[in-house]
Amino acid sequence: MSLQDGRTEGQMPDLIPDLAPDLVMDPVLKQALGNFRQSVQAWSDAAYSRPRTAAQVVARRSWRLAVGWALGCVLATGSLAGGLYEHHYQQQAMARIKAAQEAKQSQLARQQRAGAADEDLLAAVDSDISRSVPAALEPLAQLMDGDEDQ
Amino acid sequence: MTAEAAEAIAAQEFARIVESHRPQIFRFLLASTRDIDLAETLTQECFLKAHRNWSHFRGDSSAMTWLMRIAINLQKDHWRNRRLQFWRHTQTNAVDLDEASEWLPSGERSAEQKILAREQVEKVWKAAERLSQRQRTVFLLRYIEDQELSDIAQATGLSEGTVKAHLSRALQKVRAELGGKR
Repeated sequence: MSLQDGRTEGQMPDLIPDLAPDLVMDPVLKQALGNFRQSVQAWSDAAYSRPRTAAQVVARRSWRLAVGWALGCVLATGSLAGGLYEHHYQQQAMARIKAAQEAKQSQLARQQRAGAADEDLLAAVDSDISRSVPAALEPLAQLMDGDEDQ
Repeated sequence: MTAEAAEAIAAQEFARIVESHRPQIFRFLLASTRDIDLAETLTQECFLKAHRNWSHFRGDSSAMTWLMRIAINLQKDHWRNRRLQFWRHTQTNAVDLDEASEWLPSGERSAEQKILAREQVEKVWKAAERLSQRQRTVFLLRYIEDQELSDIAQATGLSEGTVKAHLSRALQKVRAELGGKR
C-alpha cells in the first residue's frame, strides 16, 4: 500500500516537526517502527484479501439462537408446569383440610344436638317429678293450683 | 443538472472514496483492535455511517481525515459499550502479540534479521498495548498511517500540541520497551 506522502513502506520520518529533541529517531527506534509498520501492513493486506466467512458466522449465530430459544422454552415450560403442580397440590391439601373441618363440625353439631335432647328429657322428668304428689296430698295440691290461678 | 444526475455523480464519487480509502481504514482498525472480524465490522459501519452523512461532508478536511474521525469514534463507542456490558461474556477474537508479530513482509532478509525484526515488532506491540487509547490512536495514525500532525489533530479532535505530547509519551514508552533511552 502506498503512503500518503509517497514514501516507500518502512521509511520513517526522522523526527516530528517542532518536537522535543528526545523524539529525534535513533536508528534502533527508526528500524523498529519501520518493521512494525511493514508487519501491520503485511497482516492487514493478508486479512483484507482473505475469503470472507460471513455465512458461517450467520449459521453459527442462528444455531446458537435456536439453542437459546429451545432452552428458554424448556425453562418457561418447566416453570409453568411446576407452578401448576404446586397450585394443584395446595388446592388438594386445602380440600382435605376443609373436609376434615366440616366432618369435625358436623360431629360436634351431632353431639350438641344429642346433648340438648338429653337435657330436655331430664328437664321434663324433673318437672314431672316436681309436680307429682302423693295421693293423700292431692286435694291440697289442687287448692294450691287454684290459689296460683287466682 | 437534474437531481437524479447529481445523485448519480455523488454515488460514483462515494464509491471511488470507498475503494481508495477502505484498506487504510481497515488497517488502522485492525492495528487498534488486533481483531480481524471486529476490524471488518467497524470498517463496514464506518462506511455505512459515511454514506448516510455524505451529503453533510463539506470538504473542510480531506475525505480520509473525515473517514478516520468516524472510525475513531466508532472504535471508542465499541470499547465504551464493552465496558458497560462487563457482565456479558463477550467473545473476543483479538490475536495475541506473538501472532500479530509473526507478520513480516517477505523481503531479502537473513534468518537473523528476520528474528531481530520479529522481536522488535513484538516489543512495539507490547509498548502499544500499554498506551492509553488516545495515545495509541495518535501513535498508530502517525507511524502506521503516516499521517501529518495536522491531520491527526483533525481526526482525533485534539490540538496539535496535544497530539505532539501524546506522540512524545508514546515514543518514550516504545523506546523504553526496546531497551534504549528511558
